[in-house]
Amino acid sequence: MSTIKKDTSHINSLENEAIYILREVAAQFEKPVLLFSGGKDSITLVRLAVKAFYPAKIPFPLMHIDTGHNFPETIEFRDKLVKELGLELIVRNVQDSIDEGKVKEESGRYASRNQLQTTTLLDAIEEFKFDACIGGARRDEEKARAKERIFSVRDDFGQWDEKNQRPELFDMLNGQINLGQNVRVFPISNWTELDVWSYIEQENIEIPSIYFAHKRKVFLRDGMIWSAEDEVVYRDDHEEVIEELVRFRTVGDMSCTAAVLSEATTISKVVAEIRESTISERGARIDDKRSEAAMEKRKQQGYF
Amino acid sequence: MEVIKIATAGSVDDGKSTLIGRILYDTKSLTTDKLEAIEKTSKQRGYDYLDFSLATDGLVAEREQGITIDVAHIYFSTAKKSYIIADTPGHVEYTRNMVTGASTSQASIILIDARKGVIEQTNRHFFINNLLRIKDVVVAINKMDLVDYSEDIYNKIKADFTELMSKRDYQDQKITFIPVSALKGDNVVNRSQSMPWYKGQSLLEHFEQLDKADIFNVGTPRFPVQYVIRPKTEEFHDFRGYAGKVYGGELSVGDDILVLPSKTRSKIKDIYFYDQKYQTASRRSSVTITLENDINVSRGDMIVKDGDLPTIDKEFTANVCWMDSKQLVPGAKYVVQHGVNKVLGKVERINHKIHPDYSGIEKNVTELGVNDIASVTFKLNKPIFYDQFKNHRTNGSFILIDTQSNNTVGAGFIQ
Repeated sequence: MSTIKKDTSHINSLENEAIYILREVAAQFEKPVLLFSGGKDSITLVRLAVKAFYPAKIPFPLMHIDTGHNFPETIEFRDKLVKELGLELIVRNVQDSIDEGKVKEESGRYASRNQLQTTTLLDAIEEFKFDACIGGARRDEEKARAKERIFSVRDDFGQWDEKNQRPELFDMLNGQINLGQNVRVFPISNWTELDVWSYIEQENIEIPSIYFAHKRKVFLRDGMIWSAEDEVVYRDDHEEVIEELVRFRTVGDMSCTAAVLSEATTISKVVAEIRESTISERGARIDDKRSEAAMEKRKQQGYF
Repeated sequence: MEVIKIATAGSVDDGKSTLIGRILYDTKSLTTDKLEAIEKTSKQRGYDYLDFSLATDGLVAEREQGITIDVAHIYFSTAKKSYIIADTPGHVEYTRNMVTGASTSQASIILIDARKGVIEQTNRHFFINNLLRIKDVVVAINKMDLVDYSEDIYNKIKADFTELMSKRDYQDQKITFIPVSALKGDNVVNRSQSMPWYKGQSLLEHFEQLDKADIFNVGTPRFPVQYVIRPKTEEFHDFRGYAGKVYGGELSVGDDILVLPSKTRSKIKDIYFYDQKYQTASRRSSVTITLENDINVSRGDMIVKDGDLPTIDKEFTANVCWMDSKQLVPGAKYVVQHGVNKVLGKVERINHKIHPDYSGIEKNVTELGVNDIASVTFKLNKPIFYDQFKNHRTNGSFILIDTQSNNTVGAGFIQ
């Protein structure tokens, strides 16, 4: 036995902070849920939650807002993880919201279901009366997210009032809310993309195969690489399909997630590649490029 | 090395966002796409330089007004350390944001415009840094390029600031002066060629060489119980673990402890971090502790070393930074959240208010408005277990929650 040198590396201090936050959620809320997308950030969250409550099970369910545009590898991975850890998984489908006429599918070459997720999410929060939704958003991802709180209060309509946020001092998290409000919780707020990858490497966490370099049929548009293997990604006939060695840095809705050229077939190679990278992670997300304030607008409406 | 969080404070147009943008640029932390966005917008606005403030001023309202209205967090790392900059607004009406940003920081940068020198706002920034007992403060005298890199002006500002320092309460605070030009990049990351008279380090060099002892306070160990873990599985049938974060010092297996408030004695049996057992839990580790005796411990209780007790009391006096538009008045009741513990508190009296220009105190105050800082005495419905803020940053601080709106309306530092 030895001393926990938990303050020797910054990854470990971020881990300690995240575990603290997850425990605060379990203690302060009646019906928390962990929003799980199958991406590396939410997989990291699950790992942190396992550690936070050991030897007890994670005391809240996972919920996936399924756009129907997921990479098949992600869904397989999700189901395997849930089974292995014996967790409860709730799935709510954007397709259902479309079928019910609550949202309208976008059309055209930039069509995506990313924005449509918000309605499905808010309906699910209402349905299950969740008072805290744990998400894997990070402040380094985007400018508007840089101002997000760890406990971020949303009103009856799921909206974010960015000018009227609660101050957060020291380690103290105020989870008191009024009826109808809920809180979005971001335990890995202070992590960067590189931190997440370093942690995945350190903990030897399994992640979906699309995060590693693989051969894929792709086409180029707007200087970005799009998957040509999945029909939900809109492709013009003149856009030529080629085969390249690629991997994905994020695994959102396939229709708005571009790949990057990569030869990184292992975690350590991915970490090395990210260290050298000159493009930000969300640089491969077309949804953020719609306007300079795209993320802030989506967040105000109740997006993750 | 742990992450270092640095709070920045500066007045309007001190060039704070430019400074941060400059740090990001010179440490090559800006990715190509972010840099392109900055170039594009700078060009659109007709600037002949890159407006690095665009990298940090994230909200639409801020971009419109060209000012920072909230705390933004900016991340970068060097080969040596990881940094988080808590970028806070400098205006008087955002004092509360400054307090918030400083509360989680271990170091800070106070920015002064070389053309304006020490002004009222400098006074406020320094006061808050001192009140919150930030161990390492850098006074960055910016826009040196606009005063011909004059050593005389630098020395004058340094002398004026040193005068403020004589009045500070926390005398051990380390203060370093650095002349910089964020716009031109002098002494930010790279040393300046334009100020041969300055022999010191650049801003980044200064933070790079800081040791843990330079920025963290070591006190006595406190273990507030966050959550009780009872798996109730066959394998862990009788397991009763107390989950929490260790503050101030270390806890080890075999330590004689007291559980507060009951003052029940026991010994630490095991320290878990996930599925591993450890002999010692270092400060700020999120562990799970089991005790030798089967005693009743719940959230909000505190485990401390026997013979190392905090103050256990239903009354305390604290410096309060008021953050709500609704005034604090004597007799008003709030939820006092002290760590993970919550009690009801009543304002017994306002002892005095710090004068808005921080030159002294005002007595006979009947109410506190937003951004006021004052000494307030509270009475509680149940005792809490606290240390003085000067001895224990975590166990000496609390927040006030409005019982109706549930908003965080104030922060306090126990005297």
